[in-house]
Amino acid sequence: MLEIKNLKASINDKEILKGLNISIKPGELHAIMGPNGSGKSTLANVLSGKEGYKISGEIKYQGKNLGDISIDERAQKGIFLAFQYPTEIPGVNTSNFLRTSLNKIKKARGEKELDALSFIKIIKEKSKELGMDEKMLSRQLNVGFSGGEKKKNEILQMKILDPNLVILDETDSGLDIDALKTVANGVNTSRDKKNSFLVITHYQRLLNFINPDFVHVLADGKIVKSGSMELATQLEKSGYKGLYSNA
Amino acid sequence: MKTQKDINTQEDYKYGFTTDIESIKAPKGLNENTIKFISKIKKEPQWMLEWRLKAFNRLKKLKEPNWQKPKYPKINYQDLYYYSAPKSASEKPKSLDEVDPKLIETYKKLGIPLQEQKRLSGIAVDAVFDSVSVATTFKDELTKKGIIFCPISEAIIKHPDLVKKYIGSVIPITDHYFATLNSAVFTDGSFVYIPPNVKCPMELSTYFRINASETGQFERTLIIADKGSYVSYLEGCTAPMRDENQLHAANVELIALDDAEIKYSTVQNWYPGDKNGVGGIYNFVTKRGACRGKNSKISWTQVETGSAITWKYPSCILQGDNSVGEFYSIAITNNHQKADTGTKMIHLGKNTKSKIISKGISAGSADNTYRGLVDIGRKALNSRNYTQCDSLLMGNKCGAHTVPYIKNKNSSSTVEHEATTSKINDEQLFYCNQRGLNQEEAVSLIVNGFCKEVLQQLPMEFAVEAQKLVGISLEGSVG
Repeated sequence: MLEIKNLKASINDKEILKGLNISIKPGELHAIMGPNGSGKSTLANVLSGKEGYKISGEIKYQGKNLGDISIDERAQKGIFLAFQYPTEIPGVNTSNFLRTSLNKIKKARGEKELDALSFIKIIKEKSKELGMDEKMLSRQLNVGFSGGEKKKNEILQMKILDPNLVILDETDSGLDIDALKTVANGVNTSRDKKNSFLVITHYQRLLNFINPDFVHVLADGKIVKSGSMELATQLEKSGYKGLYSNA
Repeated sequence: MKTQKDINTQEDYKYGFTTDIESIKAPKGLNENTIKFISKIKKEPQWMLEWRLKAFNRLKKLKEPNWQKPKYPKINYQDLYYYSAPKSASEKPKSLDEVDPKLIETYKKLGIPLQEQKRLSGIAVDAVFDSVSVATTFKDELTKKGIIFCPISEAIIKHPDLVKKYIGSVIPITDHYFATLNSAVFTDGSFVYIPPNVKCPMELSTYFRINASETGQFERTLIIADKGSYVSYLEGCTAPMRDENQLHAANVELIALDDAEIKYSTVQNWYPGDKNGVGGIYNFVTKRGACRGKNSKISWTQVETGSAITWKYPSCILQGDNSVGEFYSIAITNNHQKADTGTKMIHLGKNTKSKIISKGISAGSADNTYRGLVDIGRKALNSRNYTQCDSLLMGNKCGAHTVPYIKNKNSSSTVEHEATTSKINDEQLFYCNQRGLNQEEAVSLIVNGFCKEVLQQLPMEFAVEAQKLVGISLEGSVG
């Protein structure tokens, strides 16, 4: 699904990613943990195609080089980023936004676009699964949403857009335990043999609920250690510093 | 990384075609003979001609105002045609079937299918082509309810008492340069009269089209809502692409009597000029409504996307006690377009209320000014105004200005004013892009969100069109 080789990325002449390698197969869920400033969000941004970075190395998605493909085309090809800080867009209805997005992606895939009625049926069903208040769907996108509501809304979009590669950028931060379980449940019920997940997080607690296949530690722009869930447990105990001394 | 296609406004303005049609013109120049020509060809009664000449005499003493922000080169008023009409429309056709097929075709291309109109319910259209109205639909059905909806040139002949009573009663012939010019040389526009206690069963609309070159369009519209009546009216405007600047100087007067309501919406899409600022319409318009009766209401909604320069302040004079004035505006300027627009709310009666919601969007090298006056008179006790002016900037070469004038002359009234200026936000664009929307779709979505409070005011049939127009007007503005 995703093959990253020797990825370097810099912004304003400051190198953030310094030769990152990772390989994610269909059906796998990889977690990336790392201290502040290690380059986690930069990785998420670079994968989604955000402009402003100077990039070298190779990113292959579904066997093809992503190269200069724009953000929206990547999204249409099934790359989904759940934002760390979902932005507010005043005046834009949450449900209409998602329908516009879904239909753009469906169109790109050569599928039939959904009319308003069939869409409402789907969105109601999915938001119920996530325990979301239906009223939220008719509110302005992320405007006045609580932190938990914003993150749930990201998960709702993920479920409806049905992407191939999901990048969760610190979706767990700032969530109470119930919201965390909702997010984890959203991820678990979306997993299948064909899609892949890259979960970026600071903490072990989300990983306890979603069972990653691999855990990587990102420090100073590189993957410094990879392992299983045990690695996350170890990190939680000894912190990143403990890890460096072992590494 | 992305290749932003270079978009030329000229290619994007799909209404920029010209209809090749034989026309009758008044000789060039602004003088008594031109006015007599117009009055004669329209078979006007003597009082109308006298009224025009009175305005013309007044005009000679007036100077063009120059306090506005957008400056323009001097207009040579002697080098313009003041009347141009298709020859085929010189004898007014009695029914739609008699209208010149070329004109039918023109309106079809503009998305106004006059003939199909017969079968579509919901909207009656008056189609004004240069200086004449070429067709009005649904006349019969409206007549049954006692509603008069016809070209003003026809109303002058058929309903002289109504016209005489109300024309110039809101915008006097002495008002200001362009209004007085219009009073002297106006050619056509719509006339609406809604009798007491009648709710107009459909939207009334006028579609203004400029076709002939070197011609000014001087629209005159007069709408009267008698006691307890209601009407919703919409105007749309387009013009061909030309290197010259053409003048559209309109006067629109609205009168609402006791308990009457007028909702007036404009979707203005005159040719804006090319991306270097060559050509385009000078849209210098005087629009004013009088809430003459108690509990009356006038609501202006405008979506201004076209014109090289837009200069207008649709206003409300709140004379009747408890009357309400509203102004909802979207003004979009791109490339070298300029707008200086806003409203005047003159509170005279007690317990009068006004609300102003203005959304200005500026992109490219454009300049956008909101200018507004809220004037609460000494006797307008317990009156209220709420004003909200939001400006959105795109890029770093455009400008937005807010110039509010507030006068409150009694202590029982309140005035609120809120204003914001923001830039279109990269994070919002990134978010939309990441959900599969390209740059232009993202801009359109965000800007439409920004304008939502105003778009919601438009009649349903036009809201969708206006939303698209908002997107199209800003194409290519974010690189």
